[in-house]
Parts: sequence; C-alpha cells; structure tokens
Amino acid sequence: MQTTKTRENAFRSSLTLTHRNLLKTLHNPDNMSDVVIQPIIFTLLFGYLFGGVVAGSVNAYLPMLVSGIMVQSILNAASGSGQQLREDINSGIFDRFKSMPISPIAPLAGQLVGDILRLLVSGVVAILTTMLMGWRPTVGTGAVIIALLLAVFIGWATSWIFALIGLLVKNAELIGSLSMIIILILSFLSNAFIPIKTMPDFLQPIVNLNPVTITISAIRTILQTGAWSGSATLVLVSGIIIIGIFLPLSLVVYRRQS
Amino acid sequence: MSDNAIELTHVKKQYDQKAVVDDVSFTVRSGEIFSLLGPNGAGKSTLIKMMTTLLRPDAGNITINGFNIRDQAQAARQQFSVTGQSTAIDQDLSARENLIIFGKLNGLLGQAARERADALLQDFDLVNSADKALATFSGGMRRRLDLAVSLIGKPDILFLDEPTTGLDPRTRIQMWTAIRKLVTNGSTVLLTTQFLEEADQLANRIALIDHGRLMALGTPDELKQQVGGMQLRITIADIKAVPVVSDFLQNQFGSSPTTDDATLTIPLREDAMPSVGNLLHQLQEANITINRMNIEPPSLDDVFFKMTVGKN
Repeated sequence: MQTTKTRENAFRSSLTLTHRNLLKTLHNPDNMSDVVIQPIIFTLLFGYLFGGVVAGSVNAYLPMLVSGIMVQSILNAASGSGQQLREDINSGIFDRFKSMPISPIAPLAGQLVGDILRLLVSGVVAILTTMLMGWRPTVGTGAVIIALLLAVFIGWATSWIFALIGLLVKNAELIGSLSMIIILILSFLSNAFIPIKTMPDFLQPIVNLNPVTITISAIRTILQTGAWSGSATLVLVSGIIIIGIFLPLSLVVYRRQS
Repeated sequence: MSDNAIELTHVKKQYDQKAVVDDVSFTVRSGEIFSLLGPNGAGKSTLIKMMTTLLRPDAGNITINGFNIRDQAQAARQQFSVTGQSTAIDQDLSARENLIIFGKLNGLLGQAARERADALLQDFDLVNSADKALATFSGGMRRRLDLAVSLIGKPDILFLDEPTTGLDPRTRIQMWTAIRKLVTNGSTVLLTTQFLEEADQLANRIALIDHGRLMALGTPDELKQQVGGMQLRITIADIKAVPVVSDFLQNQFGSSPTTDDATLTIPLREDAMPSVGNLLHQLQEANITINRMNIEPPSLDDVFFKMTVGKN
C-alpha cells in the first residue's frame, strides 16, 4: 500500500516537473533557439553553402546532410541538459523541491524526460527543414522513424553524461560553454557534413573513431538503404551502456548533494 | 497534535572542523512567530536548512510537529514549507504557472490547483501580472509570489529565511502584514532576520544567534530586560549645570550617569520611581531648565550589541 502510494507520488511529481521543464523550454528564448531555431539555421546554412562544394549541387548534398544535421541537432539539444540542471540547482529551486514531500528524484526525472521531447523536436525540425529544401526519403516512413528514434536514443544517453557534468561542475556558464565546445568538436570532426576521404590523412583515423561518425554512419545507412547495419547495433548497445553507467551515477551524485 | 511545532535539542553542524551551529536547543510553539536574529554568518541559514531536511545535523535532534527529521523526513516535509533567501521561483514561468506547478507538487489536482492559484494571486495582489513574464516583476512582487508559492499547500509551519532582505521600506511593511496574517490563520512562522526592528515588530519570541551559538532567547521585552531595566534620559538647557545634575542623579539613584553633551542617562531600578519625583523637585528648586526627559526601555539594538559584541 505504502509503496504503491510512493510510486504513484513519484510518477505524478515527475510528470508535473516534466511539464514544468517543457514550459521553461517554451518560454525561454535560449532553450527554444537550441531546440528549434538552430536546427533550421544549420540545415539552411550547410545545405546552401556546402551543397555545391561537397556534392556538386544542393539537391545531391541533402541525402548526406540530413543524417548529419539530425544527429548534430539532437546532440546539441542534449548538451543543454547539464546547464539547465545546474541553473536549477544554483537558483535554489531544487532546494525547494527537496524540502517538499515529493519523490527525491522527480526533479532529475523532470529534466531528463523533458529532454526526450526536446531531442525528438530537434530531430523532427532537422528532417522537416531538409524536406522543405527538397530532400525526399527514398526509404519507407518506418525507416525514417527508426533512424530518428535511434538518434534520439543515443542523444538521450548522451544527455545523462551532460547531466552528470551539470551535477558536478558548479558554474552554469562554464558548463554551457564546455558542452558547446564538446559538441562542436565531436560533430565537426565527423562525417556529418563532409566526406572523410577529403580530410588530411592524419585526421581520418581520428574521425573514424569518433562515436558521432559511427552514429551518423548507422543512421545514414538506415535513411539511404532502409537496412539495420552492424554499426546501428553498436550504437544501440553503446547507448544502453552509457545509460547503464551514467544514470545510476547521476542519481547517486544527485542524492549525495542533499 | 503537539503544542510544540519545532523542537531542537543540542543541534550541531560543522564544516571543515569549524562549528557553524554549536549546541543549539530551542522550542517553537504552535501558532507563534519565532525569529532567529543574528548577523551575517551567524548560522541562521544553516539552522533553517537542517530544520527543513536539506542538511543533516552532525549531532542533536530536530522534530517538526513531532516528526523526527532523520527517520521521518517525508512526514516532516508534509508539515512545512520554506521560502529561501534567493527567491526560488521559476524565472521562465509566469506567476500563475509557478503556482499551479507547485500546487500540483503539493498533491492538488488540475482544477483544484488552478483555483488555489487564483485565490493566492488575489491574496497577494498579483492578479494583474498573473500571466506576465517574471522578468518584468519588481523585487517586492517576486517576494510576494515566493511567499504565495510557499502557502499553496496550506502548510502548518512556514520557514522564512530573511524574507525582507533587499526590499524597500514600503514593500517590507507589506511583507510584515502578510506574515502577521499567516499566524492569524493558525500557522506557525519561523523567520530569520538581521534586522532588530523586524524581529521586534513581528516576533512573539526571539532567539539571538551569533557564531553558531544561542546567545539569548525570550520575548522582545524579556531580552531588553536582560540588558537592564528602564533608563532615565534627561537633557538640560544649560550645559554648565551638568555637574550639578550629575550629583543629583548620583544622590537619588546611587550610581553615576553617563553624559553626552547636555544629556545624562542613568539606569533605573524598578523601585526607583519615587526617586524620579524627588529629582524633579530638586531640579526645580535649583532652577535648572529641562529641555527633554524620558524614561525608556533599552532598544533591541542595545541587546544585540551587548550580547554579540560584548561577549567577544
């Protein structure tokens, strides 16, 4: 009886705090820009600027760009997780939550369940913008959805890493710029926007080992052939391992802080 | 329910070997306004954090409405709400959204949460700004919203950590009115403040805290009496007459007065009133003109000074 009540409380308070988290995203221009504006701008910029150079024409570039921009947008949205958590901790609002009779992990759950929706929106915006520019999937809708879900899943796993950074580093702005630099390096030193064979020899092995490259290859294969490749399985398993490590770690750190 | 809302017994907290709260015990009765008064860094906020389950005491016991904060933390949390020093409301949400979210967290369902939010917006004079961005709110409006958020679950006990710090005098008085209203509805309020006047104005009882220790505890009047009883202050027109008046005072009250220009001050024992009559008579006979004369209790400032600075 007591446990059902506790579980119901945990579920309801997590739901309420997810609602709060999404309201914050809706009202905060910074967060909105990360989730919606950036995918649109990056897609338009890269498409129209690099299309000719990389693939001969914008239309020929879009099938390559769509997977790169989708993963980049999702990772970018995921990287906001740490800063948002830290801002909530520093503002004192988490203290208020902790002093209330709600499940102690609900505030953390609110942030990370909210993340799922933010990542999904980023991915969808990236796909829709490429479609507006003329890209048409050559595979079925099911394959597009699977590619999107795989990207969201690995993005969500990554947001647990950023959550842990947010819990450990005290300065919110430092977390913000740190997260941005990590994502910038990881997404540009990958096959997201430019074919690896055009890069200098010393760089190619590094780029090939970049987890973002592996993720994009997996998603590109699904979007171009509809096939689930070995690297897709690798991405899925890596995501599970990351969550298996960073979720409990974040929970422990979060609880220790009270 | 017990008559004691909050009980602390021998509570201690250390940071890096340094005692921030050192063996503090006190009891807050249900329905009173109790003030922790002390300078910056005295340990007031640490005490609030321990009472509200955010920090664990290193030693000692705390109960909230009888629930021990160590092993009955969730039950204890249902008894109170807390308004911290920084206004812990969501800057990105509107006033109404803040209230509804906290209402839901307090277990109110959708419609009930909305109705309670409306009622509180009304009570705290925030109806016209209910849906505006919080960025447009003044400091006073934020504090009012913060207090409203604390009240959404109709808490039995309310902790207010420096509720008026940084507010202009007019807004401060608004907050005082709001706080006084809380106890007429049956709540218990524990507030911290650095302002003597605030404690004097609001609190039924005051605990004076400095360097993590409880220096004194009592009603404002009791505290003032600990410093000494009433004092007589007399200002005469002719400064040359000060030595004469000083002698009169010495004769009547048995101790020498302190002088400041033409003003002489002397402590009065409770049975000294007849001597005041004699003094007036003497002054009249000697043709000494009195510009001002009053008998007054020591201010809380005197208490504060004597208890905190005087002991170090």
